[in-house]
Amino acid sequence: MLRVLLSYRYFILSSIKNEFKARFARSKLGGLWLVIHPLAMVLVYALILSELIQVKFPGAAIDNAYPIYLTAGVLAWFIFSETVLRSLNLFIDNANLLKKIAFPKAVLPIILLGNVLLQSLLLLGAILLVFAFLGHFPGIQILWLPLLFLVTLLLGFSIGLILGILNVFMRDIGQIVPIIMNFMFWLTPIVYTLAIIPETYRHWFAFNPMAHLAGAFQDVLLYNRAVDLSIMGVLLAVALGLLSVGAFLFKQAKAEMLDQL
Amino acid sequence: MSVLSVRQVSKSYRKYPNELVRVASWFGWRSAETQTLEVLKPISFDVQAGESVAIVGQNGAGKSTLLKMIVGTLNPSSGSVHVHGKVAAILELGMGFNLDFTGRQNAMHGLALMGYNQEQIEAVLPDLQAFAEIGSYFDQPLRVYSSGMQMRVAFAVATAFRPDILIVDEALSVGDAYFQHKSFERIKSFQQMGTSLLLVSHDKTAIQTVCNRALLLANGQIIQEGRPDDIMDYYNAMIAEKENSQLTQQKLTNGLTQTYSGSGEAKIMSVQLLNAKQQRLDVVSVNQDVQLLVRVKVTTPISQLVLGYALKDRLGRVVFGTNTWHTQQLIRNLQADEEIEYAIHFKASLGEGSYSVVLALTDSENHLNANYAWLERALIFEVINTDKPVFEGILWQENNIQIHREKS
Repeated sequence: MLRVLLSYRYFILSSIKNEFKARFARSKLGGLWLVIHPLAMVLVYALILSELIQVKFPGAAIDNAYPIYLTAGVLAWFIFSETVLRSLNLFIDNANLLKKIAFPKAVLPIILLGNVLLQSLLLLGAILLVFAFLGHFPGIQILWLPLLFLVTLLLGFSIGLILGILNVFMRDIGQIVPIIMNFMFWLTPIVYTLAIIPETYRHWFAFNPMAHLAGAFQDVLLYNRAVDLSIMGVLLAVALGLLSVGAFLFKQAKAEMLDQL
Repeated sequence: MSVLSVRQVSKSYRKYPNELVRVASWFGWRSAETQTLEVLKPISFDVQAGESVAIVGQNGAGKSTLLKMIVGTLNPSSGSVHVHGKVAAILELGMGFNLDFTGRQNAMHGLALMGYNQEQIEAVLPDLQAFAEIGSYFDQPLRVYSSGMQMRVAFAVATAFRPDILIVDEALSVGDAYFQHKSFERIKSFQQMGTSLLLVSHDKTAIQTVCNRALLLANGQIIQEGRPDDIMDYYNAMIAEKENSQLTQQKLTNGLTQTYSGSGEAKIMSVQLLNAKQQRLDVVSVNQDVQLLVRVKVTTPISQLVLGYALKDRLGRVVFGTNTWHTQQLIRNLQADEEIEYAIHFKASLGEGSYSVVLALTDSENHLNANYAWLERALIFEVINTDKPVFEGILWQENNIQIHREKS
């Protein structure tokens, strides 16, 4: 398996490059759009909500804590939602390829993850630039980021893979998931802090994996706090568990999926 | 050595009462309401190295499904496909190309998808570009291409490297005559270098010139296997086959096969090739005056009768053919037991070689409406050159070469 993937490395790399180019094929700003979208979102929230919600940041000793908090959460959400939504249409989008050419199917998720990673890194770069403008320089804890990226990508992909397989047969899923994702965004402390939630509801957030991940991104980028490894361990285990469910489904459904596409 | 072995490969589609039952089936749950639709019954065959096999059959016979399973874009429901060596396939149009990319980018992408690395791709790209012959379009996005140009690039990509097996699904009929010739040429040169070919086509000439074996697929089964010309005859007869009609093939003494089919309202009683003195001929000299004498008997009253005849060369290509519809000699209102004699006079303006006569009894210009009788290889004769200067080809034509030589 690994050797097959290795022999397709040129295809994987050129696909990542091509897909990236294809998304912005006829636009002037090209890849910049990728960064502009989430940052514009941050700007909107920062302008409107920072006045409406008086969020307190006791742990951060800087002025512009809210936009930084917001941006850290948006980065986590971007990685997760991008992976989920792309995996959701992984097979449908590649139907043309799957139907016409025989190739190891495992290259598709790798290309997808490579693409999301590339975009996330670009976004991270832009975010660090914005931070610098705001006078904020993340500390040494930023070294946790690779782990956080990995867990978020893996979690997003394992959920997306299961949904993506089902989506081939039940296209309603492709319509429902974006709506659910929208709800999940607001159920995750990204634009607000957990502190403004009434005590009685707060424990429910423990069941939202993205609440933990967004929290970890905020810890690392804003508070310069270390990541809680036990929680990351649990999340990683959940992601791997879901991934094996996805892999099992793929194995069972592969033949019918090719018939159906 | 066999480069491809197909063992008991079948394909069936399951129809689930709803999608939840489908999902449950992945976990081993079987519902009684699940219907199975079998499109391909277990099929086995081998392709030897350097062999070219044609797969023929009507639409829906399962040809493309079979090819897709061999290529690997569909999974067989049972059985296995073993491939020894590299496979290249041209299935339908395009190869999953992206319309926003240039021909060059798509070509590189396509080759990478076939598992080639960067150095190999870069080495072959100039040849590929030269073969496709689409000029400066090669560096323009695919969306400005005509379908023929896309086909050129697709073919050039699929055949950029010589595969051990080349699979072509009706792709050859696309593109202009020039490129068809060119692609044919490439396929033939691959063949000479040892590539096996698996071809799905409705183009009789293509099959007979390229392939040395043919499989006839009908209703998801291989119903005939053999020499391409025999199979094509059988296939044509099968298309014309109507209810109550019979289809038989018998081996002739010279190793060829005679195919007789038809609904039987009129029958061919005898066929003879005669010379001017009414003597039977087996060997004809070039440009000799001959007469084809066909006796027909009507068994049930029919309103119209047309006799068609054609001469075919050794490869099964029609050299000449016409019928009494086209010559406006239609016979009407025939009674049972009526006998008709057709005497066809013609000059055997043919090149040296062996020729066969095909006869057909129909009610109009073709055999699609009624096919009373269809007799392939009704008669076989040899043409030899006795009194003409040596010439090549399947046609004899009077010619006059004038030479002027000037002293300088």
